[in-house]
Amino acid sequence: MLSLDLLPHSLTLATVLIILLKVVVIFVLGLVGTMLMVWFERKVISGMQNRIGPNKAGPWGLLQTLADGVKLFFKEDLIPDKSDRFVFKMAPFLAFVPAFLVWSVIPLGGDFSGGRDGSFSMFGHRTWMQLADPPIGILLVLALSSIAVYGVMLAGWSSGSKYPLLGSVRASAQMISYEAALGLSLAAVILVSGTLSTHGIVLGQSSVSRWSVIATGLLPFIVFMIAATAELNRPPFDLVEAESELVSGFNTEYSSIRFALFYLAEFMNTITMSGIIVTLFFGGPQPVRFDIGSLHVDPNLHLGVLSGTVWFLLKLLVFLYIYVWLRATLPRLRYDQLMNLGWKLLIPVALWWFIVLAALRIGDERTPRWNKGVVLAIGAAVFIAGATLLVVANGVARRNREREGAMF
Amino acid sequence: MALPKPPKPKAPGLLKGLGVTLNTLAQTVKPKKLGGGAQTVQYPHEKETPPIRARGVIALREDNCTVCMLCARSCPDWCIFIEGHKDLAPPRRAGGAPRKVNKLDRFDIDFALCMYCGICVEVCPFDALFWSPEYEYSEPHIADLLHDKSKLGEWMETVPAAPDLEAGAEKKKGK
Repeated sequence: MLSLDLLPHSLTLATVLIILLKVVVIFVLGLVGTMLMVWFERKVISGMQNRIGPNKAGPWGLLQTLADGVKLFFKEDLIPDKSDRFVFKMAPFLAFVPAFLVWSVIPLGGDFSGGRDGSFSMFGHRTWMQLADPPIGILLVLALSSIAVYGVMLAGWSSGSKYPLLGSVRASAQMISYEAALGLSLAAVILVSGTLSTHGIVLGQSSVSRWSVIATGLLPFIVFMIAATAELNRPPFDLVEAESELVSGFNTEYSSIRFALFYLAEFMNTITMSGIIVTLFFGGPQPVRFDIGSLHVDPNLHLGVLSGTVWFLLKLLVFLYIYVWLRATLPRLRYDQLMNLGWKLLIPVALWWFIVLAALRIGDERTPRWNKGVVLAIGAAVFIAGATLLVVANGVARRNREREGAMF
Repeated sequence: MALPKPPKPKAPGLLKGLGVTLNTLAQTVKPKKLGGGAQTVQYPHEKETPPIRARGVIALREDNCTVCMLCARSCPDWCIFIEGHKDLAPPRRAGGAPRKVNKLDRFDIDFALCMYCGICVEVCPFDALFWSPEYEYSEPHIADLLHDKSKLGEWMETVPAAPDLEAGAEKKKGK
């Protein structure tokens, strides 16, 4: 199901044209967005380091990325002698294509004001501002982000050089272990919304009190945010690049446009991941609508079809800023700290919260309803017991390691 | 083996750090008139005045040079080239023998090699070499960075006046 009535059995020239138009618009939007994101990141980070940043190419340096792109196009394209040539050439695309494909399932706009469902009319067809709305929507995102790991991993492996190899080893371990936390926190959202389709998840979050960030408790959101940063290889989890240790990590041997593809994919992923956070937890293109008790606030931008896009971009910008802010603030974690955080904190916490949410839901469906207080109390008791066991196990492990002479 | 634990901060380190970066951003975005702005300057359009003792370029006062070669020999980069010859100067007193003096033929410093350590300036016993804060002498052609003695002499105009001596460091009159 692509969108509303754009079903395969009614495949006409108009539907094909609409799909093509959406593809082109989303592709252009993605590229321009990435270009602006690079500029935004450089500008904000330079402000946080008390300098000016790009300001020569175009107004306020807006075209800096374009200038860099042109430069990279004309650079020499090097392929190391010891590299596996086919894999080396393929890796940038493995990083770049999934980054782009994630765009297709993010709802980018539509008119949601006054309880509308965000659909609009185009050539006599009702459609959504979203390239595709597959029933497995959010699983597609997880799958694509897993494929993107291959881009990084194969790039390092095929370079035939030690630093990229170390970077790719880190990438595979880091991204795979954080994917678990990412999936678990995401499962909590799916449990509450009851659908995998991104459009469905957005529709369910019609007011602030129904946003997943409140409906599922803050926990999944925080875990998702941290795991997403690690998944994106952004500082403070950028061990894959780690300039101070690994030259440039997995892309050390890359130059010219192949490097540009990695660079583009990295920033593209930042945007798409922020878009996913907005979609999952903050109602996507829905307006910021309050509906708590007697308080009713329903802002209407009076922009028609575009109002959803404006809301989406505003919410997106907040998260893009937070990513840049974190990058400018936090130093890089050591490898063992990263793994500790992932395996010993994020995954257990996300898993525990998921189970508690599931228990609450089961309790609601039973005919004599389970007492919510009792369920929460049992959940808390299980958490304390589990946490104590984990802390004790960690303590024993640390003591053993110290006896063997390890420092950390 | 366990390292001593650092004291607990009042605010969590994460929030404190985020506050620092946010403050810096606000400071940078604030217009210059209000005491904000970036530390960096837009070089060709606005220039920083270097500190008075900045090591920009080495200037030569040719009259003071005695071709003693101390600078050339102490230069770690061997970037000073000196040639000279002996000459006769008129005697100090009437009827005396003519004095033998060293005349400087060539004094070149190759600033492509120079590492700005300043040992030559330090070692010169006759105050013939000075630091100048002038820094805008880059050349499109690397060979042009070899400054000969006339060019090194021109840099003398940019040498700032020597700072006043400390109290009690005045040279005693009479002796």
